[in-house]
Amino acid sequence: MSDHTYRLTGETGDWEVVMGLEVHAQVVSKAKLFSGSATAFGGAPNTQVSLVDAAMPGMLPVINEEVVSQAVRTGLGMGSKINLYSRFDRKNYFYPDLPQGYQISQFEFPIVGEGELECEREDGSRFNVGIERLHLEQDAGKSIHDLDPNSTYVDLNRSGVALMEIVSKPYIRSPEEASAYVTKLRTLLRYLGTCGGDMEKGQLRADVNVSVCRPGDYEKFRDGGDDFSHLGTRCEIKNVNSLRFIRQASEYEARRQIEILEEGGKIDQETRLFDSVTGVTRSMRSKEEAHDYRYFPDPDLLPLELTEDFVDQIRSELPELPDAKRRRFVEDFGLSEYDAGVLVSDQSRAAYYEAVAAGRDPKLAANWVNNELFGRLNKESLGIGETPISADQLGKLVALISDKTISGKIAKDVFEILWTDGGDPARIVEDRGMKQVTDTGAIETVIDQLIADNPDQAAQVKEKPKTMGWFVGQVMKAMQGKANPQAVNEILRKKFEL
Amino acid sequence: MSDLLKLSLSEVTTKLKAREVSSVELATEALSAAKAAQPALNAFTAFDVDKTLAMAAASDAKLAAGEGGALEGAPLAIKDLFAVEGVSTTASSNILKGFEPTYESTVTKSLWNAGGVFLAKTSMDEFAMGSSNETANTGPVVNPWKGTTDGNLTPGGSSGGSASALAADLCFGSTGTDTGGSIRQPASFTGTVGVKGTYGRTSRWGVVAFASSLDHPGPFGKTVKDSAMLLQAMSGHDPKDSTSLPNAVPDFVAAVGKSVKGLRIGVPKEYRLDEMPEEIAKVWDQGVQWLKAAGCEIVDISLPHTKYALPAYYIVAPAEASSNLARYDGMRFGVRQDGEDLTSVYENTRAAGFGEEVQRRIMIGTYVLSAGYYDAYYLRAQKVRTRILQDFDNAYQKCDAILTPSAPSSAFGIGTKSDDPIEMYLNDVFTVTANLAGVPAMSVPAGLDSSGLPLGLQIITKALDEETMFSVGAAIEDAAGFNAKPEKWW
Repeated sequence: MSDHTYRLTGETGDWEVVMGLEVHAQVVSKAKLFSGSATAFGGAPNTQVSLVDAAMPGMLPVINEEVVSQAVRTGLGMGSKINLYSRFDRKNYFYPDLPQGYQISQFEFPIVGEGELECEREDGSRFNVGIERLHLEQDAGKSIHDLDPNSTYVDLNRSGVALMEIVSKPYIRSPEEASAYVTKLRTLLRYLGTCGGDMEKGQLRADVNVSVCRPGDYEKFRDGGDDFSHLGTRCEIKNVNSLRFIRQASEYEARRQIEILEEGGKIDQETRLFDSVTGVTRSMRSKEEAHDYRYFPDPDLLPLELTEDFVDQIRSELPELPDAKRRRFVEDFGLSEYDAGVLVSDQSRAAYYEAVAAGRDPKLAANWVNNELFGRLNKESLGIGETPISADQLGKLVALISDKTISGKIAKDVFEILWTDGGDPARIVEDRGMKQVTDTGAIETVIDQLIADNPDQAAQVKEKPKTMGWFVGQVMKAMQGKANPQAVNEILRKKFEL
Repeated sequence: MSDLLKLSLSEVTTKLKAREVSSVELATEALSAAKAAQPALNAFTAFDVDKTLAMAAASDAKLAAGEGGALEGAPLAIKDLFAVEGVSTTASSNILKGFEPTYESTVTKSLWNAGGVFLAKTSMDEFAMGSSNETANTGPVVNPWKGTTDGNLTPGGSSGGSASALAADLCFGSTGTDTGGSIRQPASFTGTVGVKGTYGRTSRWGVVAFASSLDHPGPFGKTVKDSAMLLQAMSGHDPKDSTSLPNAVPDFVAAVGKSVKGLRIGVPKEYRLDEMPEEIAKVWDQGVQWLKAAGCEIVDISLPHTKYALPAYYIVAPAEASSNLARYDGMRFGVRQDGEDLTSVYENTRAAGFGEEVQRRIMIGTYVLSAGYYDAYYLRAQKVRTRILQDFDNAYQKCDAILTPSAPSSAFGIGTKSDDPIEMYLNDVFTVTANLAGVPAMSVPAGLDSSGLPLGLQIITKALDEETMFSVGAAIEDAAGFNAKPEKWW
């Protein structure tokens, strides 16, 4: 048992949780998986539907090569095995938002095999999640049940949109880890440009599998080469669409299962839905009601055969990925793991930081980006794309601090001016006389005057050196904060012979 | 009916080019002959006179300008499985009643591009499932051939309407689809030439799917040359069909009449069925003699897995069909039957929309793909398919073309086999192997049986080698000198 083992205490003792996630990620691509229709979000219902998407008689699918590249890119990003041979199968079931009466998916031969993702808990500790596979499949359309009391409407805009289903191994051990895994996956997908990751728009959704077991069982499961006989019966919570809901749903589900087991019941393997309003999961269909999908190879499509060259070309074009970038920030810039982690969690934030830090003090730059800039952006609910202060401006400001033209305190004033009025930091400092005074003569004059005006305070400093701070404050006040704090301290100490 | 309609496609296109006859004139005559024959033969499912005459007029304009394609001005009949823009396309099924596609199948578009003129849609077994054209929602199609038999005969199926229409000289060519023999068997029953090319030679885009991996669109022609002209126009790579062949299309017409001297003709012993009627064996032997006389070398070959072909076919085809026909759910097109909930809407719609044979095959297909049965049926059938393909590969080490009968009998009477699905399925016994292997095959009329009914011989060649098939087909045609026509009674 490590420090991070998540345990729930029941009437009969402790329980542990075992989770595996199936994440459906909408592939970034102008066109759908097997048709030329657009994939933009928010189009008027049924405006992005081709004859193929509507499954008109005689229509045939043709694979979109860009989507294949995206899947390979994602697989490479996860360090997964790329399968040069993969195949599309039909998953047969009836539903009005599934026009073909089957979903084209990859059942037996997925395009991407095993891989691994390093994730981070909130306390900064890391854990690995094994990836079982990634396969390509079509999304279904959308059924709209609340427009009419007697009818269901169907919007086929989403029908046929390419999804990557990324299946984790059941190595996730807590609701927090589940959320951390999805967060990491989303970051990676965004770096790769293969999925927008916007959960509100349905670009990323998770089916969450949860089971509970007694302490020690999970270790037996792993030691036995993933011997599932040591684990409890799982339930699958379908289509959970936010990180918060993933945590809530899995925690609720674990507690529900524990309660049943402790009352002597048994868990039925079933598919459940999470109700985000009430916070509970409820049964959608039991194992007995589960569809027999009658998978078979889609005879309308040839097997997907990739060449090594095709894969190598994509590999050569991969961007620097978050883990590598974090290591570089720590090693090359001397940042803390934490600061580096915060910066690389978002590709545009990392890029912004790198522009600020270029040729400047990287630690100081990290502080200003993480604390000042992002503090302010968060307060105003703005994204990095909406920042009124460019990386160039912030970089120049950091440079002015480093070369002692201004103090950190003055820099905050300049930051405010940049935020509201914009402009060039050096010019603002020059025009507004905000330059730091390092001229010891000028500082000394002010200090002499202050000591002369405040003999009692000066006497106290001799007895209690800590009270010297009062003089520092007075000097700064007299000089409108422009005095170099180091110089002020030095001269004061000399005067007071400390 | 004037003698114009009796001309072959190659003859009539020559006359059209020479401006001895206009396309509008031909189309008008064909339309009136077709409509006159409809009560008796029931071969057609839809006409669009305005479309026909407009296309004919456009062809005449091209011909007048000295332009036009190989088929310019010739009226063609189209199996109801092909989407023709703005014209009822129902696969002879109630579930598609009233469906008019907004798109044109690649094959028909190619025919129109070559100058073909749309005459009518033709009846077929519902969703191409059948061998007698008795399962069409518009009732059985009648074979213009009666011979000395009493009562009406079927034209075979599933492309029975196209075969009947051509045999009755109501058009100059027609299209079919061949999934297990649905072009070749009706061709054999009606004294016409029926061809399917290599799998993927003709696009399936816009053709209502029955069994995707087995469906071969192809033509019926009055002569081997006509069928070559038609297949030529129908063939070519289609980026909209992932299984379409990227290979260049050879000159099929040039292969017609080419000497067959020195070609090795394989005669597979497994096709000599115990219960085969003597007359079928006779015409087959006759074919062998003709080819020998034409300078071919006759080789005994073995296709050892032939006996497994029919069972494998009746697993693979229904399996694919059960999935392909899932889209007919009453939601977006065709006919919907209301119900109290979603499941009952599906059940009512599909129960009312699909005929008995289609329902039977959907159930067979659903069964063989079900969990627990997949390995025993579907997977094993696919293995058989691989063996069948190997059989052909091995055979083609020893021969260039294979000669067999097209069907185990001549045309049979309407209603005589419709109660026994297994007996009906046996009609495909000689033809399914070529579908399972995807190799080119054609049926050429070889003579009449003692009842005065046509019998066809089948020529099968290697994948991509339609040219040899057409050469051998033409040699049979020459030797047979088959020029019989059904006596007009309709």
